[in-house]
Amino acid sequence: MHELSIAMSMIEMAHEEIDRRGGGRVTALHLKLGPLSGVVKEALEFSYEIACQGTALDGSQLIVEDVPVMIHCSNCRQEQIVESIQSLRCPDCGLPSNDVRQGRDLEVVALELEEDPLLADEALRKSA
Amino acid sequence: MSSQPRMVEVRQNVLKQNDVLARALRQRFEDAGVVVISMVSTPGAGKTALLEFTLKQLRAGGLRVAALVGDLATENDARRLARSEAPVKQIVTGTICHLDADMVQKALDDWTLADLDLLFIENVGNLVCPSSYDLGEQLRLVLMSVTEGEDKPLKYPTIFNTADVCVITKMDLAEAVEFDLDAARASIQAVRPGMETIELSVKSGAGVDRYLDFLHTQVAQRLAVG
Repeated sequence: MHELSIAMSMIEMAHEEIDRRGGGRVTALHLKLGPLSGVVKEALEFSYEIACQGTALDGSQLIVEDVPVMIHCSNCRQEQIVESIQSLRCPDCGLPSNDVRQGRDLEVVALELEEDPLLADEALRKSA
Repeated sequence: MSSQPRMVEVRQNVLKQNDVLARALRQRFEDAGVVVISMVSTPGAGKTALLEFTLKQLRAGGLRVAALVGDLATENDARRLARSEAPVKQIVTGTICHLDADMVQKALDDWTLADLDLLFIENVGNLVCPSSYDLGEQLRLVLMSVTEGEDKPLKYPTIFNTADVCVITKMDLAEAVEFDLDAARASIQAVRPGMETIELSVKSGAGVDRYLDFLHTQVAQRLAVG
């Protein structure tokens, strides 16, 4: 169970972004998650909620975009989405392939940020 | 007073910090000319027994070998491996269920990598969490023992998929537990097409020659590149 430390890294990344933008509160975090990332979605959702408590992400929503596993089939010469990670083979011709092009993703894509306009103005003035 | 939420693009890998450290480690290993192999498995699959055997055999064969071993709480593994007389260091992770690149980097602080041919990193016994963390290793070796069942790879596809070679251990027990080797190989190939598989028993000695040849080949290839 390493999802708690993953959730904490995500929150740290969000805080860095908030600081860069002069403060505010995150209402949602968008995450891309592949089945070969080694992270269990349910465990992450559970950990995220707990880890957000008392931070600028408290009560925020974790929006997970499930990314399918994509392999490159050398026979069909194209990328193919596999139906199951228990069988990495081309769905068209059946050739096994370990040329994984997508599916290890664990990426914070975006934040929905409620900025504090006064603080944001001040941050802008400082940076100007 | 606050405005409507605004979408802010981030696009960052959550494990970026670990990946950056791992890349630097990999470069360091390459510069030092050392082959680094990590080992992952469930608790009790025989990582430490295989490693003890490996260190002894490779030392006897004239290779300079060493090991880092991760464990949650005890230093028993390091003591056991020290009998091989190879340099061994324990990384006690506390409650953390995996090694990460930072732990490896810190453990290597006072070691001169150029004095080594082969370094093994034994991960914490766990088939889930270690799969997310690159340690800078050049090869990831996954072990499964015959007592675990042929479908282990199907249950833990991610870690098997990230591995480069699979060693099936405790082959001396295969008959007693009615282990179906063909079924195991099929499971491995389903989740990690093309992966080399070596079956052995450090107890009976069956299959160990092929395993040791495999390791010697890794070192020879590195020397050829360097």
